[in-house]
Amino acid sequence: MKISGRAWIFGNDVDTDAIIPARYLNTSDENELAKHCMEDADPTFASSVQSGDIIVAGKNFGCGSSREHAPIAIKAAGVSCVIAESFARIFYRNAFNMGLPILECPELIGEVQQGDMLSVDLSTGIIENKSSSKTYHAKPIPLFMQELVQAGGLIPYIKKKMNNRS
Amino acid sequence: MSGQTLAEKILSTHTDNGVARAGDLVEARVDFAFGNDVTAPIAIKTFKEAGAKKIFDPLRLALIPDHFTPNKDIASANQVKVLRDFAREFGLPYFFEIGRVGIEHALLPEQGLVLPGDVVVGADSHTCTYGALGAFATGVGSTDLAAVMMTGRVWFRVPESIKFVFKGELPRWVGGKDLILYTIGQIGVDGARYKAMEFDGEVIKSLSMADRFSLCNMAIEAGAKVGLIAPDAITEEYVKQRAQRPYRFYQSDPDARYEKIYEWDVSSLEPLVAFPHLPENIHSVSEATNIDIDQVVIGSCTNGRLEDLRIAAEILKGKKVHPRVRCLIFPATPTIYKQAMREGLFEIFTEAEAVISPPTCGPCLGGHMGILAKGERALATTNRNFVGRMGDPESEVYLCNPAVAAASAVLGRIAHPDEVMNE
Repeated sequence: MKISGRAWIFGNDVDTDAIIPARYLNTSDENELAKHCMEDADPTFASSVQSGDIIVAGKNFGCGSSREHAPIAIKAAGVSCVIAESFARIFYRNAFNMGLPILECPELIGEVQQGDMLSVDLSTGIIENKSSSKTYHAKPIPLFMQELVQAGGLIPYIKKKMNNRS
Repeated sequence: MSGQTLAEKILSTHTDNGVARAGDLVEARVDFAFGNDVTAPIAIKTFKEAGAKKIFDPLRLALIPDHFTPNKDIASANQVKVLRDFAREFGLPYFFEIGRVGIEHALLPEQGLVLPGDVVVGADSHTCTYGALGAFATGVGSTDLAAVMMTGRVWFRVPESIKFVFKGELPRWVGGKDLILYTIGQIGVDGARYKAMEFDGEVIKSLSMADRFSLCNMAIEAGAKVGLIAPDAITEEYVKQRAQRPYRFYQSDPDARYEKIYEWDVSSLEPLVAFPHLPENIHSVSEATNIDIDQVVIGSCTNGRLEDLRIAAEILKGKKVHPRVRCLIFPATPTIYKQAMREGLFEIFTEAEAVISPPTCGPCLGGHMGILAKGERALATTNRNFVGRMGDPESEVYLCNPAVAAASAVLGRIAHPDEVMNE
């Protein structure tokens, strides 16, 4: 599966309060959440992000709360993929469970400019920066996580397993 | 083959084949699961959309509306209603209504619902608090919770362990909160990412349960999956009156393998303060005494226990909160609330012109009951100081222990407790 979009650059330790501030967590409506996505990190993000755009960030992306509203807001805002140096663990689980593709690629970070056109092949982990004509290899997604993605997320995966058991 | 760490031992007793070594992907049986008014509505929606008809065990699931309660607005009231309706539909005994609800991470141990040796998953990141009991307890998202509600099982990658050995003797006014702030300051907010933190040493062995909960509560602030303390006589004393089920004590084998071992002598540790906007920005309180504050918050799942309130009362007794400062105190559960009242702590707080809130997460996450305006600065005994955490994105949160918070409330600036107690 190939996706492409413009890069939005963020720093290290982007926390879940920056991704979706808790003051908006009195709803789980994805369109409402999308309106405030990344608000405390970049107030212009939600109004200017385009469908397919890609978030590129430093280490420990998604640290803090367990709120699934974070990947929900990112996905509903139209973001097609998050590439970071590393991810916080609960965010990592939540993203796969929600079907938001995320990739770890330390080499890419720092070499991408805001607005660069990126092309990502999720099955191979190959990332192409079309603006600089450079190619990068993201860490392969663990096999188990690939199974989750193939099933369409955690719930379909479990339903499939339960059906097999009965 | 080397021995097992505490984390490996608990997980291996919860897998079908009895095996769990660091790096393995395992499916673990869950002893207890829960969600709150922010996370459970999504879990319930997912559970229903999946066509699930029954809860794996209604006695092992709690729904705890503690975040935006007492309901701060119509949207929050609707979220709590989702939990209430679901609890009635499925006959869940552990739905906690106002008057009975407390902050989840104080309430569940207090009620004996989470126990040593358990695997606990909660749809809240501070679920790691129960590591203080010797439970493998970790935060998950709402979809993971929905899956556990259906199956009673959850997948984990078994974490490698990092051991933290605290030596010496804790000075006065220094507690569990300072130990974890010090640790995060040393290793950073991703210093234990995906790992099990295991706290050990003579300091831990003599630490009260309240301090142990504060310490393990913030393991997530170093990125950890769990923060664990091996249970002992202090744990037994706490648990034996409360336990609703049998429980088991585990400890690491002497030859268990650790990714890293830190040893620190904390005999000369000062009370610490985390500066904005990350819990790793640690300074000793004496480096921070020129910082004026607008608000002090004492409470939360980190420091809202009876022992924390007693420390605050010891300092606030006979004094007044600085005229420029608003001081808000949040007992974490109704039981703590009642006991604090009986002990006369509320008299001390109200005479000092602090205000006492019902148990709620409220201001800790910028929910309600003490939101900061643009440019305002709070000193709080909570666990996160991210941008906008307690209100306006241009406000600031500093983190500290209850003694520093109380002393600072009196002086209107960040202060060492000795500045107030030696007057």
